[in-house]
Amino acid sequence: MIATHVVKDPGHLTMTITAELDATVDRAWQLWADPRQLEQWWGPPGYPATFTTHDLTAGAHVSYFMTGPDGEQHHGWWKVQAVDPPTRLELQDGFGDSDGRPNPEMPTGLMVVTLTENEGGTLMAIESSFESLETMEKLLEMGQEEGMLEAIGQIEGILAARAPAS
Amino acid sequence: MVVGKLRDAQADRVFHALADSTRRDILVRALDGQHSVSALARNYSMSVTAVQKHVAVLERAGLVSKHRHGREQLVRGNADTMHRAVELLEKLEAAWRGRIDRIGDLLTIDRNEGRKP
Repeated sequence: MIATHVVKDPGHLTMTITAELDATVDRAWQLWADPRQLEQWWGPPGYPATFTTHDLTAGAHVSYFMTGPDGEQHHGWWKVQAVDPPTRLELQDGFGDSDGRPNPEMPTGLMVVTLTENEGGTLMAIESSFESLETMEKLLEMGQEEGMLEAIGQIEGILAARAPAS
Repeated sequence: MVVGKLRDAQADRVFHALADSTRRDILVRALDGQHSVSALARNYSMSVTAVQKHVAVLERAGLVSKHRHGREQLVRGNADTMHRAVELLEKLEAAWRGRIDRIGDLLTIDRNEGRKP
């Protein structure tokens, strides 16, 4: 279990979650910088993510889709607002249309990731903020299944099974 | 984990109301306790009339309500609407806890394979 700390501010529609990772800052950065690693943790159980465009330079665009249990695809994107490898990443995130292009009709959120060296490990903080309740409601629709789907034990099994090949 | 949806017309008013930082600040104060409009206005460099207008926008959105107390009208936050924001943040927290658990699994695989974490 990874120790985590969460601060939620419903009045200002923000949440900051901080995790104590047993890894160096450089290693933790790879969780974001390597799309093949991102794919292993970004999507909720049953909704694996595939990153089709991935470039963490300022102004760059990242595209991904998550494939649901019935094969349906949910497209999402990030725009890199600011980046300072390996310690800071500021992303605008939103939904894409069925072709994966950003959908201007849909709201966007802001996500600031900071990685800080901490007693040989890394503190990873993710601050999410939203313009409005509607934005938050729409952006969280995709993650709604998270709490209901397979238990963490099943994910561990999947990861353990594929570990020797990786 | 079902999150109640706001009805469309009401939803539009809620989002408009929350789009302004002064209104968000008024709302946070009104959720902590009831205040008269003139007491609220002392926190901002704007007229009581301007604050009154912000309160009216919040009231139409159902985020605050006014209650008569003697000669004063007191503004009180509507916890139900805010409760929805709390539920959504809880959902976000659950999503991130899941992601962090999966990151933990990835880092464990690193160690089992003898890679330096």
